[in-house]
Amino acid sequence: MRSICFYFQVHQPFRLKTYRFFDIGKNHDYFDEFQNRYIARRVADKCYIPTNQVMLDLIKEYGSGFKISYSISGTALDQFEKYTPDVIESFRRLAETGCVEFLAETYTHSLSALKSKEEFVTQVKAQRNKIEQLFGVRPKTFRNTELIYSDHIGEMVADMGFETMLTEGAKHVLGWKSPNYMYCNAINPKLKLLLKNFQLSDDIAFRFSQRSWESWPLTTEKFVDWLNQIDQNQEVVNLFMDYETFGEHQWSETGIFDFMRALPGRVFSHSNYSFNTPSELSERMQPVAAIHVPHPISWADEERDLTAWLGNDLQDEAFDSIYAIEQKVKSTNDFDLIKEWRYLQTSDHFYYMCTKWFSDGDVHKYFNPYGSPYEAFINYMNVLSDFNIRLDNFHVTNNIQINSEVKNNVIEKEEQQTQNLIKSKTKDKVLKVETLKTITISSVLNLTDSDLKKRIKDIDAYTIAAVLNGVKNDIKVKITSVLSKAIQKEISTIDIKSINKASVDKARSIIIDSLKA
Amino acid sequence: MFGWEFPPHITGGLGTACFGLTKGLLHQGVQVIFVVPKAYGDENQQAVRLLNASEIPVDVRTALYKDHWEDISYIEVGSNLIPYNTPEQFYDIINYTRETGKSEYDSIFSKYYEFSGKYGQNLMEEVQRYALVASTIAYKNDFDVIHAHDWLTYPAGIAAKKISGKPLIIHVHATEFDRSGENINQNVYDIERLGMEKADLIIAVSNLTRNIIIERYGIDADKVVTVHNAVEPTSRPGYSYEEKHVKEKIVTFLGRVTFQKGPDYFVEAAYKVLQKDKNVRFVMAGSGDMLNRMIRRVAQLRISKNFHFTGFLDAENVDKMFSMSDVYVMPSVSEPFGISPLEAMRSNVPVVISKQSGVSEVLKYALKIDFWDIDAMADAIYGLLHYDALSRMFIRYGKEEVDTMKWDSAAAMVKDVYIRAIQN
Repeated sequence: MRSICFYFQVHQPFRLKTYRFFDIGKNHDYFDEFQNRYIARRVADKCYIPTNQVMLDLIKEYGSGFKISYSISGTALDQFEKYTPDVIESFRRLAETGCVEFLAETYTHSLSALKSKEEFVTQVKAQRNKIEQLFGVRPKTFRNTELIYSDHIGEMVADMGFETMLTEGAKHVLGWKSPNYMYCNAINPKLKLLLKNFQLSDDIAFRFSQRSWESWPLTTEKFVDWLNQIDQNQEVVNLFMDYETFGEHQWSETGIFDFMRALPGRVFSHSNYSFNTPSELSERMQPVAAIHVPHPISWADEERDLTAWLGNDLQDEAFDSIYAIEQKVKSTNDFDLIKEWRYLQTSDHFYYMCTKWFSDGDVHKYFNPYGSPYEAFINYMNVLSDFNIRLDNFHVTNNIQINSEVKNNVIEKEEQQTQNLIKSKTKDKVLKVETLKTITISSVLNLTDSDLKKRIKDIDAYTIAAVLNGVKNDIKVKITSVLSKAIQKEISTIDIKSINKASVDKARSIIIDSLKA
Repeated sequence: MFGWEFPPHITGGLGTACFGLTKGLLHQGVQVIFVVPKAYGDENQQAVRLLNASEIPVDVRTALYKDHWEDISYIEVGSNLIPYNTPEQFYDIINYTRETGKSEYDSIFSKYYEFSGKYGQNLMEEVQRYALVASTIAYKNDFDVIHAHDWLTYPAGIAAKKISGKPLIIHVHATEFDRSGENINQNVYDIERLGMEKADLIIAVSNLTRNIIIERYGIDADKVVTVHNAVEPTSRPGYSYEEKHVKEKIVTFLGRVTFQKGPDYFVEAAYKVLQKDKNVRFVMAGSGDMLNRMIRRVAQLRISKNFHFTGFLDAENVDKMFSMSDVYVMPSVSEPFGISPLEAMRSNVPVVISKQSGVSEVLKYALKIDFWDIDAMADAIYGLLHYDALSRMFIRYGKEEVDTMKWDSAAAMVKDVYIRAIQN
């Protein structure tokens, strides 16, 4: 029994609006609300909603025989929540079938793996949480932005606890080897790799409606024939593509939906393939060899390298600039600044600055809201200039020292929040079940931010300082996060060492009382 | 006078200079028949039409000079000539306009205008056609002297001279060497030289241009007179500093981003300044064929955090840009005159200008450097940014200096040239 493994990429960036030099220092709205909403709606109507329906119908028809996987970026999910909640609903229905695997990636579809391990790990965590929160399943398989992979990235991914990762079956890496086997990472062989069969994937994704292509029009008969021509010993054909292939890149009129609707039937009747998800394959298959990828590869363009995003002066300058402020941004602990900084990391921004126009120039152009890479660069750097001014101002007004202790607070807080959300969903308000007796100081963790804020808002700074003195870090973070600026300031003036044990105990009981109220 | 349409329609030096000069001449008691090329939308209209004073499309500032407008006859000639053109650019613009129906030069191509074949499809043809119309005008009107501005109108001037026998004065605002460096267009050069040879007297906007005329075109030095341009006193309220939203000081380059304007030297100087002082923002305002190269260079030097591009700016944004600026730099490789530093000084911005510009001959309160000397340029910028006494002095006296450069006095000199031509 051989396998076909479908993985579809779902992603939308937060596009920037035209941001002129004169806006710097004055206007802090960077994102083109109108365009983002318009595109999200358009793609939802042309692709996400109808394609999800096709997939759902197929799953209903073939039961667990038809399986697929998705990777959905956090920015896409944010936009769906904001603009097209029906898309979330429709993915939820797919999730409920159990035949769909959701993959982990970076939250903002960023290139952070190439620059900052810390940021990379944080973003992956955030996206996993988001998926779990929305669809109730925790991603177990990883795929990086644009299938970017190197030995080093694979090692980081393995360190995060992933067992399987998806990447491109790049010719210059594989050489004579076939992509239709399971491979493993060269540094940490525990990480299994599934490689894209770019020939067959791109037949659907790029060539489907190309009339100059000798095999046009592509039918399921032809496609299954090609699948059958693959040597019987080869175990898996990985068909990885952008989800927008359906209805957006290949319009509905090209027959792409009919093709997809008919493909599983043809596969079942005329071949010995089954459909499997990456984690199923991971359990079943063993790697045949390690592949060595010292330099990062991706699924983009003929070169399968990073040159669509990085490499020219514009891209390198922009890329270095956004990551140069990493610690400075994180040390603000400011939710908005950190969020916007993440949105600015989205790989699309660098893609728009690409100056090569080769075979896939059309693809580049299609997605590029700018007239030229130069305009894209100027716009991005103008936004970044304003962002830097805000960042500097924030540091000055809040007198922040950059140190590693505080820098992860917001991240921990975010993590904590989603964990709480997940908990509260699964276990029904924990606090309700708790009897009054069992309430301790750590019960604050079970409260929502707004509830906690209400409960402790009248407690004086000294008491809070005393409590913060002796609690674990996660509790500290939770409490600090809901305090007003004024109280925080007051607390910082209190000499913590002067607080004695007795007053700490007293303060604790005050807080616990407030929790019982 | 064969001139160019007045502001605010056409941005740039030629229209502005024609306007200022005409006003000045009227003040000096000279009567002017002003002929401009303009493309009509309505093809049934006569190719030439005479406008009365009330129809002349000038802006509100002219209210001051209302009394004198009776002395001007304003004639529009159906033509799609545009100033500052090379034959190649003309071709591009015509094609662009034909394909898109849009035009960057609204005043020339009114919105009803369609390319019907009435006008010449290439620039040389159109220049000759314009000359034909000019000879008719010369035949029908009465005047003492002919004055033609820049090469596109030289053939018109020559034709008018042939018909009327009146003396021809050509006014050189720029030569082909300024526009194209050493890679000159031979046709354009030939027309320019013919105009200079046929002219009785030649007015150059600077000694720099005068020298080019004498040396590169082989014209007798006695025939060439320098009359420096002047600048309009501003009546617009100046922008306040409220417009500025960044705390760093701003150094500005404003103009077409082309070889002639030396934008590359500005970028290199910016890099040098930024090595010493990060609290400066450089702005390159304008567009042109070297813009993309400049953007790449800035990225390559890793200074885009402090170096911004605005693209083309309209008049209002130019004023805004000046009001935000702390130093203005004009590093032109070759600039016959260069009016923009005067506009900057008028807006209380101290300027750094290249010695290779005509305007450097008349300005005292400007730091002058060789365009290629980026160390000196960086030094001058740094000095104006950091030594308050220096910039204070330049702002105060610079403004006074500019205010004395009146078109009236330039017009008086032009009038002397007229008299000399008539007496010859």
